[in-house]
Amino acid sequence: MPVQYYLFLSLALFCIGMMGAMMRRNAIIVFMCIELMLNAVNLLMVAFSKMYNDAAAQIFVFFIMVVAAAEVAVGLAIIVMMYRKVHSVDINILNRLKH
Amino acid sequence: MGIYEISFWFLTVMALSCALGVILSRNPVNSVLFLIATFFAISGHYILLNAQFLAIVNIIVYAGAIMVLFLFVIMLMNLNADTEPQKNRLVQIAGAISGGTLLLVILAALRTSTITSLDQTSTDIGLIKNLGKTLFTQFVLPFEISSVLFLSAMIGAVVIGKKEQTV
Repeated sequence: MPVQYYLFLSLALFCIGMMGAMMRRNAIIVFMCIELMLNAVNLLMVAFSKMYNDAAAQIFVFFIMVVAAAEVAVGLAIIVMMYRKVHSVDINILNRLKH
Repeated sequence: MGIYEISFWFLTVMALSCALGVILSRNPVNSVLFLIATFFAISGHYILLNAQFLAIVNIIVYAGAIMVLFLFVIMLMNLNADTEPQKNRLVQIAGAISGGTLLLVILAALRTSTITSLDQTSTDIGLIKNLGKTLFTQFVLPFEISSVLFLSAMIGAVVIGKKEQTV
């Protein structure tokens, strides 16, 4: 299986995630699209790790997962707080940053 | 076409269609379920690429922990298709066009690149023994720093999520 196929697959997943982040107004969906983009990068890293027979890329994937988990915990806490204040998850309300 | 190719194309179609489902479905709960299916497809790709440890970690951490957190938050907020805010049509079309343009540009730039094909012989670099050795010798400092990151993220989430006192 040529490594280009994995390149194109992860590129397509990344672009789908980017489109979703630009098209949706729900803050949680935007967050999920960012997770999708991170996973596309992870997939490409694993493909290159297999190509070069090197374990370091898989360790990087591991660290990306760690950072994503920390990011999700803080980000969801912020979204929950915003929902408590303005009773909406619309990102257009966030542009004021102060209620 | 061997079993390898069949499973590759099956997982590819599953990942792409579920990813489209994430951004196109109106109901946020459906989006979360589609994203979980996408993560399972990506885990299948990891297994095809001989990264068994990462496949399991992907399922446990992403599908098991992160997505359950998303699902809990969505259900706590009682979001559904009726309350879903919609961008106007023009912004949506602009987002789709700009994302598709990025896809086309990078695809055209990489189309003629010649990269060696992946051999299908199984390697053992993705097994837990090998990865653990690399993690605890070559990458032990980032590993320790990530524990500090987790601690600060945990404290941050608790502080942000706390009920506000009189400030």
